[in-house]
Order: sequence, then structure tokens, then C-alpha cells
Amino acid sequence: MISLTVNGKSYQFDLEPETPLLWVLRDEIGLTGTKYGCGIAECGACTVEIDGRAMRSCSAPIGALDGAHVVTIEGLSPDASHPVQKAWIEEDVPQCGYCQSGQIMAVAAFLKNNPNPTDDEINANITNICRCGTYERLRRGIHRAAALMKA
Amino acid sequence: MDGNRLSRRQFLVTGVTVSGGLAVGISALPRLAGAATVSATPWDDDAAANELDAWIAIEPDDSVLVRYQRAEMGQGSMTALIMCVAEELQCDWSKVRTEYASPNRNIREHNVYGNQGSGGSRTVRESHFLMQRIGANARERLIQAAAARWQVPTGECAAANSVVTHQPSGKQLRFGELVGDAAKLKLNQEPAIKEPPQYTLIGQPTKRVDVPLKVNGTAIFGIDVRVPGMLYAAIQACPVPGGKLRAVDKAPALGARGVVKVVPLPNAVAVIADRYWRAKQALAKLQPEWDVGNAGQTDSAQFNQQYRGLLDRPGAVARNQGDVDRVIPGAAKRLEAEYEVPLLAHATMEPLNATASWRPDRLDLWVGTQAADRTLHDMARLTGLKPEQVYVHNAFLGGGFGRRHGVDEGMQAALLSKAVGKPVKLIWSREEDMRQDRYRPQAAIRFAAGLDGDGKPIGLSARVAVASIFRDMGRAELIKHGVEPPAVEGLANNPYAIANQRVECHLYNTHIPVWPWRSVGSSQNAFFIESFIDEMAHAAGSDPVTFRRALLGHRPDWIKVLDTLAANSNWGAPMPAGKGRGLAIHECFGSVVGAVAEVDVSPQGRLKVERVVYATDCGHAVNPLTIEEQMEGATVFGLTAALYGKITVKNGAVEQGNFDSYQMVRLVEAPRTEVHLALTGGKKWGGVGEPGTAPIAPAVANAIFAATGKRIRRLPLVDQDLSYQRTASL
Repeated sequence: MISLTVNGKSYQFDLEPETPLLWVLRDEIGLTGTKYGCGIAECGACTVEIDGRAMRSCSAPIGALDGAHVVTIEGLSPDASHPVQKAWIEEDVPQCGYCQSGQIMAVAAFLKNNPNPTDDEINANITNICRCGTYERLRRGIHRAAALMKA
Repeated sequence: MDGNRLSRRQFLVTGVTVSGGLAVGISALPRLAGAATVSATPWDDDAAANELDAWIAIEPDDSVLVRYQRAEMGQGSMTALIMCVAEELQCDWSKVRTEYASPNRNIREHNVYGNQGSGGSRTVRESHFLMQRIGANARERLIQAAAARWQVPTGECAAANSVVTHQPSGKQLRFGELVGDAAKLKLNQEPAIKEPPQYTLIGQPTKRVDVPLKVNGTAIFGIDVRVPGMLYAAIQACPVPGGKLRAVDKAPALGARGVVKVVPLPNAVAVIADRYWRAKQALAKLQPEWDVGNAGQTDSAQFNQQYRGLLDRPGAVARNQGDVDRVIPGAAKRLEAEYEVPLLAHATMEPLNATASWRPDRLDLWVGTQAADRTLHDMARLTGLKPEQVYVHNAFLGGGFGRRHGVDEGMQAALLSKAVGKPVKLIWSREEDMRQDRYRPQAAIRFAAGLDGDGKPIGLSARVAVASIFRDMGRAELIKHGVEPPAVEGLANNPYAIANQRVECHLYNTHIPVWPWRSVGSSQNAFFIESFIDEMAHAAGSDPVTFRRALLGHRPDWIKVLDTLAANSNWGAPMPAGKGRGLAIHECFGSVVGAVAEVDVSPQGRLKVERVVYATDCGHAVNPLTIEEQMEGATVFGLTAALYGKITVKNGAVEQGNFDSYQMVRLVEAPRTEVHLALTGGKKWGGVGEPGTAPIAPAVANAIFAATGKRIRRLPLVDQDLSYQRTASL
């Protein structure tokens, strides 16, 4: 049995240890906000927080995560009140929205360690793919979220 | 509710997970102040309570449900169209919510929703008046219901902010109190709808209704649908399109944990299991044998030769004016050039997927589709059920770009559901999605032009070789005399006043299927013609804006876009060595869109696109915020294709499979983008989802020429040598 804490709730799973966390979240727990995009950690649509760090869950086998604490988009805030979520609404960032759970999780983790990011730091750290091309607003959203966190 | 009328909502809310985790079917989202909302699971076949008609329901608390009949794939039309209803209904925008209109109800109620497809950038420009009429009709019935209640003349009553007021007395009734009476009324005459100067909501930058659901994981895409008792499927189709499954040994998959069945289909093999991951792993253990025929001997080098070879032969004539054969050879200055572009994949972020439940008397299909109505009929044909027995439940689409106009995945899911007698969710792996795409065609073109002694263009000829999209869509009847519009879009209808012009076309298809891809024919033809016009301008010794302007005196809308671009892009201002500015302008889907790109190219050939300025004339703006967003997104979509996009074929199969081999522009490469509206109003209502994609590649290529003196005639740019000798003159 593998134990995981997801969004503050405890779970035990009897699954093959190579099962990626992504599919455990989506198909076992029903947390479908975390998306499948590529399966090879290229696109970042599956980004979640594992023990405080942004990770691509499609390439994180649960066998290596026994006892880990996971936060998904559904657990980021109870009411879409996290500064990144608020900034995303204010800047009207998402288009199709499919990549945005991963973008938001990546940005939320990034801003914890970089509360005053420059554009260069953002470019170097936020590497998730958005096929709709929302990068212009995403960049603005990151700066606005950083400002909201200070407010 | 009887067993045959299970609501879609019931399917979702009862979706209990295997390990007893929480079921996130529907979440009640806190309503945002001042914003309309959308149901997290925006579908329901059942008539809502308090319906005014098939489009509108009003709750006792005055909240208004407006159904949206087309698809939401990120283009923002869901917001724009319900704005058009609210404009006339005189309701409180903060109390409006939306969900998809049911394609099955559309059948049952005699096409009440009309066309349900989103393609060709058509959603808003084809439906905005319709949505205004729906809102106006509803408002008038509410007013009549109030007037009848008060026994006063209708003309003494007016509606505003979800309330009807009897003006002489000041008596008021809320919409929620009137809906029952109003639903029974039928108008003798349709009320007039507002003209653009009277709009109060249309034209206002309005935040999208779907955004709140897309920041907390509650928006349900096709891939997120969960149906009680469903199984999961992974699939591999023949890697060579058109090939068939000859044989497959099922044994390696059957022993694996959770595997329920291995299902051979005519051109594919699927594994059905209790978990998607198990199905995918088991599928990888199979070694299917395929019949690929002669297509298995083909590769991209052959295709390139074939398309180039066609340029040596006369093609079907799509435009012929004057006498290019006489004028161009006799011109004071002559230019010739050939351009080429490769196949491209759609690569939507959400890989194709569908969930089907095929029972003897009913098929349910949950799928993100650009055309729920056509999908319904396709599924009826597949299953032999009557259209009334087919329920297509559209979801949010994780990108469409034309790809989700097909039903490959829906057909497969239905067959798999039949094979196991249970609901099945089929998910294509990213690799399957990329290798079983229907692609943007590859194309080659040969141009010739003649300029007179003053540098004025007097002749232009173009001969293009490209695959027929209509043929692969099963619409070959639309090909007239060897020409189809997408093949020559932007070429045959280019507005440049050049007296002698001929456009010829070769339609030639390989076994690789082709399909509409954001901006369709314009995605390659804008690159071709706008690059060549730039070549002509330089040959004439003329500034590219001045050169175009002189040929567009009869098109004030094009002139307005050009002037808006020039005014906002520092056009003509000197740039440092290694930097350049390039312009392109194109008309498609009813809109004229121009772009100026600024690039920086190092002498070693390292390219950075730093800034893009857009000017857009779509006539009128329903939601200017969405237009801006669509142009911003189109920059990245077009730039990804220009920089990296190339699908290649080896032994008949597509070589690329994932984002490691099919690269995307990421944040670090995304240029600053500025969008300016250059609206000309009048009768023009143009689309905005696709047109922004068209001018980006030529604007960047022309900027590279300005920076380096290198003319780009092939894409993608990553394959081109951009290195140059930096000299004082550049």
C-alpha cells in the first residue's frame, strides 16, 4: 500500500508503483483539474505541488511518493482566492484553459521563492506550454499575483 | 425520470470514484460580482425549470440561463454570444449564466438552435443577430406578460435590469415573476433589434464567463467526464494512414492487471482496462501487424519532389485577368521565386478523447467537439440508431484549431463501448494524437512578377500545389474545375491592383490526411504572397507600406489597417544593426488583419522575435477583450509554426510524436504583443479566431530580410541558416 496526502486528505492505494501520480489523482481520487498533456514532462499541464515543490505528475511514479504531501489545483484555495487565481481572473488569462491548472500551480510555487520576479526569472522558470498562446497575459498575471501577495 | 431519459447531470454527479475519494462532478462556484457565469458541466438535455423557450430560462430570483449553441474551445464565443442576448433582454449581466444547448433537443425541436458548429471563425459573425433576436423576442414577451397582468397597453411598459416597469404608474414586476406567463405567449411580429450605435453591452471589453472555472480545476473538458461503471481504453491505429490491421496477438496484454479486453478494429487495436494507465501500458506490449500497401514506401523527400514537380505544369485556373504571359516577360524588371511549407499538426493541449455508452436503444457520447450537431449525425450513421436516439454531450474543448471537427475518436469510443457492453472512455496518447492527426497540408508555390520602369507592378502570377482539404473532409463536390477555395485563399482573391494576374492550382493528395488548421489556406498563402509582395517592394526600391498602399486605393479597410500598423509600430524609424521590422497584411474569414514584427538576428543566425504589433478590422467588435486575446494567441500559434512547425513522413508514417520532437513556443520566446482595432463598421462582421494567425509568418520573414538581407522562402525557420555578415549597410 502506498500512502499519500492530497489536499490535506489521506489516501492509501494498492496500485502498481510505476503508476504516475497524474492518473492516481485523476482516475482514483477524481481530481480532474490536473491534466494529461504529453506524458513525458514536456508540457507541464499536469503540474502539482509535491512536498512544496512544483512537479510534473505525469512523470512521478507513486512508488517513489510514499508519504508525500500533494497539492493540486483543487487544493490551492477553497474558493479561488489564491493570489495567482485572482490575478488570472483579473487579467482574463485562460483561453481554452486546459493548460492553466498546470500554469497556475507552477506559478504559485515559483512565486513562493521569488516574490519579486523579473521577466528574465519568469522566462527561465515558467516553461509550461500553452497552445492557445496566452503568454502575454500570463506574464502580466504573474506580476499581478506577485503584487497581490504583497498587498 | 425514466431510464431512457437519464440526464447528463445525473451521470456526472453520481460518478463515484473507485477508491472512495471525493467525486468532483459539479461544484457550485461562488458567483463573481459583476460577471456572468457558466455551469462547470455545461450540458443538459432536459428542459430546465422556468423555461421561456429552448434558449432562455429565468429563475424566480431573476437569474437567467442562456444556452450557447456552438463550441467553446478558447476562442471566447460563449461569452460573446450570450452578451448579444443580454444586450436585448435588458437583464442584469451579473445574473446571466450559460450552458451548452443540446444537439439532441435541436433534432427533437426542429433545428431550434440552428448550426451548432464552431469553425471558419464563424460562431459570432454568423449568430450575433440571431442571438439579439432571441433576446429581443424574450424581452417583448416578458413586457407583454406584465402588461396583461396590469391590464395596461404594452407600449406603456419597458424592461430594464431584469424588471418590467409600467411607466405611468411606476408599478414593477421582476422577470422571475413573469416567466411562466411569458412562456405561453407568441409574438405576432418580431421586435426590431438594436443597431450598433445603440449597443450598451456589445462592444464593451467583457471578461470571459468561463475563466472562473478554468482557474480552479472545475471546468470539465471531454477528458474529465466520468460515467458510472465506465472502463478506460488506449488505442493505436495503423501508423501509416489508410493502412489496416492484419493481425495482433492479444496474449501479451491479456494477462496484465486490470485488462478487460483487447479489441481489434479494422485499422486499429485497442486495450480496454479498469484504469487508463493499465490500458496504455498493456497496449504498449502488443505488436500489431499492419497492411500498409504502397503508402509504406513513401517519405517526405518524395512528397517534396512531387509538389515541386507540379509547379512545372500548368494548373487549374483560379484567377485570370489581363495577359501575364505577355506582360511579365516584357517587363522592365522581372522576379521569380518558389516558396514551400511543410505539413503541420494541430497538437491541441487536450489530446483527442471521447467517452461513449452504446446501449441497444441509445448512444451517449461525451466529447469536446467543434460540431456537436454533425457529430450526432455521424454517430447515428455509425450505430444505425435514429438521430433522436443519439445524445452528444459537448464539453469544454482543450483547444480545437480545426482538429475537433472530426469524429475519429468518437467513432472508436462507440465501437469499444459496444465491444464490452459498458461505457468506455477512450484517450489518445499524445503520440497517437500527433501521428493520427489530420494535418495542415504541405504546399509549394511559384511566383513570377513584372514591374515597369517606375517600379510599378504590372503582372503577378502564382502557381500553387497543395492537397485538397475538401476531398479529405468528404466534401469533394465543393471542388470546382480543379480548384477549392482553401487552396487559393488570399491568392485568387488578393486585392492588390495589379492589372495582369493569374493564379493556378494543383490539388494533389498523398495518403496523409489533411484538414482545416487555424486560418486554413491562409496559414500558408499569407506567408507566400505577403513575402513575395515584400520582394516586389524591395525590387521596386519602395517602402513595403508605401508599395502596398499604392495598390490598395480601392480598399479603405486595408488602408486603415496599414495606417494603424504604421502609426503604432515606429514604422520607418531606423533600427540598430541586426534588428529589423517586417509587415504583412491579409484578409480571411471576413476580417483584415495586419502585423508588424520586430526581430533581432545575431550574425550567427540566432533569431529572437521581440515585438508584434497587430491591427485588426473585423468590422464591429462584440467583445474587444476577446479580439485582443485572440490576436495575442494567434501570434504564438503562428510563430510556433513559423519557427518550428514541421511534420515529416518516413516509411509512410509520421515521425514526430510528442513535444520533444514537435516544439512549441514557450513563454521565453513569446514576443510582446500589442493589438489595435482598426474597425470600419458598416456591413462588415468578420471573424477573429483564425485571421490573426495568417500574417505572423510573413511579418517575421520580412523582418528577417530587413535585418539580414536574407529572404526566407521555406519554413520552418529553425531549418534555415539565418547567419549573415553584418555590414554597415544593414
